[in-house]
Amino acid sequence: MTATDPNRALPLDPSLAPPGTRNFRDAGGIPADRWHADQNGETLVPTHCCFCGVQCGMYLRVDRGGKVFGVEPRNHDINRMRLCPKGINAYQQVNHPDRLTAPLMRRNRDEEFREVSWDEALDHTVAEIRRIQGEYGNDAFGLLGGASLYSEKTYLVGKFARVALKSRHVDYNGRLCMVSAAGANKLAFGIDRAGNPFSDILLTDCLLIAGSNVGECFPVMTQYLWGARDRGATLIVVDPRETAIARTADIHVALKPGTDSAFFNAVLHVVVAEGLTDEAYLAAHAAGWEEVKATVAAYPPARSAEICGVPAEQIVQVARMFAGADRAMAWHARGVEHHSQGVENCLSIINLCVAAGHIGRPGAGYGTITGQGNGQGGREHGQKSDLLPGGRSITNPEHRRQICEIWGIDEAELPPAGTSMMEMVWQMQRKEIRGLVGICNNPFVSLPNYATVKDGYDTLEFHAQFDFFLSETAANAHVVFPVTVWAEDEGVMANAEARVVKHNKAQEPPAGVRTDTWVICELARRLGAGDKFAFPDSRSVFEELRIASAGTVNDYYGITYERLEETGGIAWPCPSTEHPGTPRLFENGRTYHPDGKIHMQVVEWHPPMDPYSEEFPLSLTTGRTVAHFLSGNQTRRLGALVEQTPRPWVEVHPSHGFRNGDPVRVVTRRGSEVFPALVTEAIRPDTVFVPYHWPVPTAANALTIDALDPRSKIPEYKVCAARIEAAERIDEVPAPPTAPGHQAYPETQVSRTDPLPPTSPQGRGTAERS
Amino acid sequence: MMGRTIFIDPGRCIGCQACVSACRECDSHRGKSMIHLDYPDEGHSVASLPTVCMHCEDPVAPCAEVCPADAILVTADGVVQQADTTRCIGCANCVNACPFGVPKIDLQAKLQMKCNLCYDRTAYGLAPMCATVCPTGALFYGTLEELQAERPGVQVADSFTFGSTTVSTGVAMVVPADKVQWPVPGGLPVVEINGRDVR
Ligand code: SF4
Ligand code: SF4
Repeated sequence: MTATDPNRALPLDPSLAPPGTRNFRDAGGIPADRWHADQNGETLVPTHCCFCGVQCGMYLRVDRGGKVFGVEPRNHDINRMRLCPKGINAYQQVNHPDRLTAPLMRRNRDEEFREVSWDEALDHTVAEIRRIQGEYGNDAFGLLGGASLYSEKTYLVGKFARVALKSRHVDYNGRLCMVSAAGANKLAFGIDRAGNPFSDILLTDCLLIAGSNVGECFPVMTQYLWGARDRGATLIVVDPRETAIARTADIHVALKPGTDSAFFNAVLHVVVAEGLTDEAYLAAHAAGWEEVKATVAAYPPARSAEICGVPAEQIVQVARMFAGADRAMAWHARGVEHHSQGVENCLSIINLCVAAGHIGRPGAGYGTITGQGNGQGGREHGQKSDLLPGGRSITNPEHRRQICEIWGIDEAELPPAGTSMMEMVWQMQRKEIRGLVGICNNPFVSLPNYATVKDGYDTLEFHAQFDFFLSETAANAHVVFPVTVWAEDEGVMANAEARVVKHNKAQEPPAGVRTDTWVICELARRLGAGDKFAFPDSRSVFEELRIASAGTVNDYYGITYERLEETGGIAWPCPSTEHPGTPRLFENGRTYHPDGKIHMQVVEWHPPMDPYSEEFPLSLTTGRTVAHFLSGNQTRRLGALVEQTPRPWVEVHPSHGFRNGDPVRVVTRRGSEVFPALVTEAIRPDTVFVPYHWPVPTAANALTIDALDPRSKIPEYKVCAARIEAAERIDEVPAPPTAPGHQAYPETQVSRTDPLPPTSPQGRGTAERS
Repeated sequence: MMGRTIFIDPGRCIGCQACVSACRECDSHRGKSMIHLDYPDEGHSVASLPTVCMHCEDPVAPCAEVCPADAILVTADGVVQQADTTRCIGCANCVNACPFGVPKIDLQAKLQMKCNLCYDRTAYGLAPMCATVCPTGALFYGTLEELQAERPGVQVADSFTFGSTTVSTGVAMVVPADKVQWPVPGGLPVVEINGRDVR
């Protein structure tokens, strides 16, 4: 087998592992030659990164005293030793001085937090739940989970809301992540996950990356991109910004934010016009093609070129390159999903893949790149307002019956579907929701339109939050429960390929810290549902989850902890313990719809929800930087990452006349904030970009609009109308909140007030540096 | 012929600084990174490239040659070590001598620090930390044959001119396949980038 062999598939032939790494195999957690273990008396615990949806394998280095003190790369076949800076620094949060180690409580928001016993915090929370539900009904108390939690815990969140709280109001922060893709996949294919494993990228001839800054958001995935290009694959990047990956692409389509479906409809128009469709595949496997074809007829390249602000020839080139390839793949991320037409954008890409026959083959298919570690697994087992375990629909009577049987409750007791995360905030404002428990999420930074979010949370009569650092949201709560970090418990996550991987426990939690599982079960017990929540640990929850998913599309039944440890990960569906898992979908052409067909959906482009005007002529778009993760509650405390990217900036084109570092006020219909300018040709003249990991007064989300996609309810983070103007001073970056008595970690203060934009990541500096 | 070494491919670098973080984690200079990223075309492009010690071979390690305290050891396999802490007087001669701007001085400790190709790892057959984690393979550790097996047609350069002086290095740089230049200009004034006059 040679490096150019198109049939090579992951797990890679060991001879293709990065040279120099061969002695370092996954051998029961110890490198084969044991040098490290012998040298320092340390142990290496095999686990995965807690951050993004790649889920890179890593070892945590544990000293003789049982404390995590470092990281060592691991030759897991997802990442083959590679890690991004977040993964390398992740271990530092385990024993970080900002860790919460005792429950915090206060009776109202004017008081200071005081440390209290677990009993007092739990009793007070249960009393408030009882009071609020007694006065206003069960649905007046809500639960918001998170997609950084292990799947076991997300299962518990969904079960706790419906069985112990008996409330319909449960949702999770994956709602802000990839639900548009999930909705589109479900509509088209009847299954909610990527169609192909990452390793298929190595086999493709043409790779289309839409709305994804792979280099910064999923850095370790770039090795697959380069692997494909080493074999001669072409690369098309669709993104308003020239990202590091776009820089070297064969075609970079720098379209105007919010015009993706107009672009993909036009590409499909050309594919049809040039006879590049795979009619045999369409006839055998697709429904709805005629309607789709009729719709895209109205999107000739000239029309879409005008809407998208790109040359019409590019549309033609993309069509020929993608549809003309033997095997092509499309991967997309939040850039196309974070829109009020997020589901439609994803569907327009799916239509293109299907029409060109690029589905269900090695090197041909589609995928969505999950932002959060467990963005995929986090919604599969009932944490999302409309889903029950196993991806069952909460409105389907048969599904409801099945779950009630497993849970041992009466069907009439199971609440109906609730609302989405942003809608719950609006309900808080309207006092329909009066109490809330939030688990490992930070909406004060992560939800759009901060003023509305703050108002919603301030209106709550009672708010409890689980976290291991005091997040901006937790700092506004009445009760804060200190819980474990990922390395202090075991559990599974499903990565962007729907590969379920197992995280292992590397150290005991600090005194005073409990697992989320323990806290949820303890609350349930005190609410009188203890018999349904007798789970001593993650493993016992996973056993119930397996059974609860059996026979569904999201079948985990065949996945066990032991198998995960042996295999390094299994892709669901996996119906039996002999089943190898399903890394690639639709190989037989059949989808998960009852008729086995792909249901192609008509997509019409419509403009973004926030209209441009003379006052607000520009597009504001937001995104990530490589050093930080989501709301930054974790990464804004790690010295190396803060130093790498100390503060947000606004990326502006040189045509606006600013110089690097100038204070620039970004104004939208929701508010205004001042950032240092990062003047660069890597962005469109009509677009500005602000990374979103910081709280007010440096929060991109104080400016973004809380418009939602009607189907997925994802907020439209990626486009709103804005203007920029010169300002006097630059808003200082606030330090992350810390609990009383905790010293802020000194290293996190590095360069915090340095007004200049960082030269990293990606060197987007200016030509002149004053 | 080059043995196992680092190959730098700036075309792949995404500027993520995983190499910088990884270097900090390496046991031999734990807490300090010996890599920095350069942004050769700031404001116009997002291009970036990592700078590691090039482990000069000919002339043998200018840093070591100028060291008055004989603190910088070059091992038989061509690795230019970090200054010996018992000898280094922190005079910074090495900093001035290095054509690639690699060694750093800790002024307080009066000590020089530089990349030693993760000697604690490479001696055991492991890749250096930076090349191990680099997500894109912009930093690659292995032999030229291994690199070419993975990346068909790849061309590398391992000599660089600075004015009238040519330096051959133990670490090699990937250069555009259609424009192999021997040696690669190192210290000459840059007049053109991507067809744009930058004088
Ligand atoms: S953040 Fe993502 S890419 Fe980076 S190390 Fe973690 S899992 Fe890998
Ligand atoms: S780790 Fe690799 S891609 Fe990232 S900055 Fe360093 S050399 Fe570049």
